[in-house]
Amino acid sequence: MVQNYRLDKIGLVNREKKLSFKFNGKKYFGYEGDTLASALIANGVHLVGRSFKYHRPRGFFGAGVDEPYAIVQLYRNGETEPNVRATEQELFEGLEAKSVNCWPSVNFDIGAINNFLNIFLPAGFYYKTFMWPRSFWYRIYEPFIRKAAGFGVASKEHDKERYEHKYEYCDLLIAGSGPSGLASAYAAAKNGARVILAEDKPRFGGSLLTSDVSINNQSGKEWAENIITELKGMTNVTVKNRAQIFGYYDHNMLVMSERVTDHLPKSEEFTPKQRLWYIRAKQVVISSGSIERPIVFGNNDTPGVVLASAAKEYMKVYGVLVGKKPVVFTNNDSAYETAIEFKKNNINPIVLDSRQDSNSEIIKEAKSLGIDIKFSHVVVAAKGYKKVKSCDIAKISEDKQNLNQIKNIECDCICVSGFWTPTVHLASQSGGKTKFKEEIDAFVPDKSKQKEVTLGSANGVFTLEETLKTSFDKGFELSKAITNNNNSQQIPKVSEKKHSKHDKFWCVPLPKGKKYKRFLDFQNDVAVSDIELAIREGYRSIEHVKRYTTLGMATDQGKTSNLNGLQLVSNIENKVVPAVGHTTFRPPYTPISIGAIVGREIGKHSKPTRKSPMHNWHEKNNAVFVDAGVWLRPRYYKRGNEGLFEASKREAENVRKNVGVCDVTTLGKIDVKGPDAAEFLNRVYTNAWLKLPVGKARYGVMLREDGIVMDDGTTTRISENHYHMTTTTAQAANVLSHLEYYLQLVWPELDVNVVSTTEQWAGAAIAGPKSRDLLQKLFPNTNVSNEGLPFMGFVEANLFGVNARIFRISFSGELAYEVNVESDNGNFMWEKIIEIGKDFNLQPYGTEALSTLRIEMGHVAGSELDGRTIPYDTGLDGLVSKKKDFIGKRSLLKKAYNEKDRQRIVGVVPLDKKTSIPEGSHLVKDPKGKLPNPKLGHISASCWSVEHNNPFSLAILKDGKNMIGSKLYAMSPLKNKTIAVEIVSSHYVDPKGERVRS
Amino acid sequence: MLYIKCPHCGLRSQNEFAYGGDASVKRPELNKEISDQEWDEFVYLRKSPRGKHLELWHHVSGCRQWIKVLRDTSTHEIFNTYKSEEKVG
Repeated sequence: MVQNYRLDKIGLVNREKKLSFKFNGKKYFGYEGDTLASALIANGVHLVGRSFKYHRPRGFFGAGVDEPYAIVQLYRNGETEPNVRATEQELFEGLEAKSVNCWPSVNFDIGAINNFLNIFLPAGFYYKTFMWPRSFWYRIYEPFIRKAAGFGVASKEHDKERYEHKYEYCDLLIAGSGPSGLASAYAAAKNGARVILAEDKPRFGGSLLTSDVSINNQSGKEWAENIITELKGMTNVTVKNRAQIFGYYDHNMLVMSERVTDHLPKSEEFTPKQRLWYIRAKQVVISSGSIERPIVFGNNDTPGVVLASAAKEYMKVYGVLVGKKPVVFTNNDSAYETAIEFKKNNINPIVLDSRQDSNSEIIKEAKSLGIDIKFSHVVVAAKGYKKVKSCDIAKISEDKQNLNQIKNIECDCICVSGFWTPTVHLASQSGGKTKFKEEIDAFVPDKSKQKEVTLGSANGVFTLEETLKTSFDKGFELSKAITNNNNSQQIPKVSEKKHSKHDKFWCVPLPKGKKYKRFLDFQNDVAVSDIELAIREGYRSIEHVKRYTTLGMATDQGKTSNLNGLQLVSNIENKVVPAVGHTTFRPPYTPISIGAIVGREIGKHSKPTRKSPMHNWHEKNNAVFVDAGVWLRPRYYKRGNEGLFEASKREAENVRKNVGVCDVTTLGKIDVKGPDAAEFLNRVYTNAWLKLPVGKARYGVMLREDGIVMDDGTTTRISENHYHMTTTTAQAANVLSHLEYYLQLVWPELDVNVVSTTEQWAGAAIAGPKSRDLLQKLFPNTNVSNEGLPFMGFVEANLFGVNARIFRISFSGELAYEVNVESDNGNFMWEKIIEIGKDFNLQPYGTEALSTLRIEMGHVAGSELDGRTIPYDTGLDGLVSKKKDFIGKRSLLKKAYNEKDRQRIVGVVPLDKKTSIPEGSHLVKDPKGKLPNPKLGHISASCWSVEHNNPFSLAILKDGKNMIGSKLYAMSPLKNKTIAVEIVSSHYVDPKGERVRS
Repeated sequence: MLYIKCPHCGLRSQNEFAYGGDASVKRPELNKEISDQEWDEFVYLRKSPRGKHLELWHHVSGCRQWIKVLRDTSTHEIFNTYKSEEKVG
């Protein structure tokens, strides 16, 4: 297919490399270096989508990040992505894209009927209409709005692409590689500063790529290329293209999104699609340039109406014509560059200039080229539905109120320029205020809030000479303060055309009797009439007007619409623009994909995975693992066809009958050392610690200051001033912070140090009636008899040449020991236990059996110590000292904690002795009671009691103390179960605790 | 993301720290008789000032020291940081 709108001799695309692509199913060709937008325009395609509200045909308006219309659904390498701007998406071989927001097709869109019903869709329509009847919202309104709205469809598939995060530090971060960015980067880099230069487009140079200037007798483009080449060769400089700095956060932290492989047909293995850079910069140079703003006129959303600068960029960068019969409509000199470029390519433009006259250098040049210039003329309205076919033009009076001599002229595009709006987003995000600059009718950054400076046209400076001078100076000055070097660069000689003043004109009045829609916000379909209505209805604050009309709330964040909206509000209100103020700029400057934000932290990468030293053994022996905090723990060891229930039952039974071994490495371990360690523990735990002898362990409970149980565990006195504390797996980190808090801030006078030793020790719990016999064989030279190593005793021993610690403690309620060795010896220990344990029918057991054993014993764990229970609730009140003070003690006096019917832990058995009770079930008196049925308690943990061979649960029950023997119902609406139950003691097995002491 | 100068380690990113609340709260002394109200104020009641706020941060992924940070809650400006035992002035 012939590219009818491609120019032969101009542009930066690679004509040696043809690329084929599909748009809406139709095949086209473009060149390497094209964007999807430039390639479509080259093929004469101008209709790319439908507008948000009225479904009016929409084409291209800009050539970059400011594009409000050309948003497509992209298909790449088997994946699909919504919300892609065709003006930014680079062409690659096999690219496929589709229009969004249209049904059944972009050419025939049923939603366009809204255009004719637009009287029903004014500002605030949704607020006003869809409020009632209330029941209509979910069934009718919302599905309708969802179908009608939005830009594309998110994929429901897992995103296979890779996204990465990177952290970087630099002296100067420079946002934008236009003249000010290049100059400041060059000056700073030459002065020894570490510089990162970011450019959101594929090509460096910004306006230098398209402007008609010369620097040191080179064209702007050549100068930019030379500077970039030199910067790339410097080791203290990082230069990134396709990289958008989209957020300016606290303390000079900026975030940049780099599109690493979006321009390729697919990402190579281990190469990310996008990379998010978190950059902490000592100084930031904002050289983000400016965006041309449109002049508002009738039907100014018709495809073929484009920004004049975009038309120039399409010609000079891509060698593409937006039209062959152009009208250039301007209030300033810069659009003449577009007109001249058309002329140079043998296209005859007509220039309509709203000013009465001007005779600047560039206008003289245009005149000398024979360009038809009509001063005091404006475009009244574009004509044509899917593409501009003609336009009505008129002579405008000096006061800009009246239109005369309206006539129609033929054209196929209207290139519009209403002067330039500095891109102040980053400067504003940094926390700085903006100020209104009368000469340019726009806001520029005021005093810097953080360590940043805004240069060039982003700061409202539109001459190259001044831009380069200030940028070279700033680059040098900022770098000097950091590096103390003194290498300044000579500021290059510039030749550019001087521009005359622009016209403060931004909106063409409606001719009498005409009701053309004049759009301000092209993406959200906000027209002049919508703002007028909002003001009539009493909205005054610009923030309210914005939300009511949705002006500037689309994905382009009003890059082309904000200022015109402000102009309109200030005109109606008879205020000046700075009095109206502007809405807040918030990151991100451009839409950022969720994938990039999430980065690599997905699935198993979302948190670290910690494994015990015995992990490989577990794996080899058919362990089925479960996530326990950040740890992977064996849940059970599968034999044959066993499931969770059968295997855990077998393992638990074997502990009760013979002996089992469980990997308890994950338990938190903290060394507490120092002369005041006993006193410290005495304050941390609820029970007494001052008299614990060396070689003994004690179970302890610690509270938060509000009286809620924080954690429990055993702590052993290893030597005079050395204690070994254990915590639950889940609370290990919190407990350490808690201890450090009190030692460093509350009682700094205590001479105690704490340090985590969780990873230093591998632990194995050996539990069951035969555990002592096994232990004796493991430690033949140590006296492990009941007298030699009594319950809660501790001894250091030698395990076949390896140092070990033996603690006689029990979580399972059986006679049990915990053996610790240094982590590196963990596997050795484990294999020895397994090997020697064979004689005693030892089996390893996992967390499921461990739970069963502790539940039927009535030992509390995380499901009871759930951050809502005090010692009494969990039956730990016997451990609360009455004599001494400790953390949280004062809270236990609270009235609610001492009510007669206070909740307390109980055991629960189903009456049928068969039905397991789902955890989380509520206990109620009457299963058929009126809703809300009063909840008396909840099931905290359930198991199949291996001792009694029936289900058993623990529950926290109101007045639990006096409820033993009562009959209640456990209800689980989630599992749709109602089970008749009896309340029993929480100590279902060995209530006197004889086994652990046997 | 804040950039916090740990008095022990130097400037570090916020993600190395955990926030610890108002640093001016003083725990009542042990074994001291105090009223319900005093205790409730210590456990539950905190001011949420706009502007200067002396607060605790814990350098959990660093030196594990609790430090004091004088920060503006609306601008995030950090005026100074102190070791736990240091006088704030």
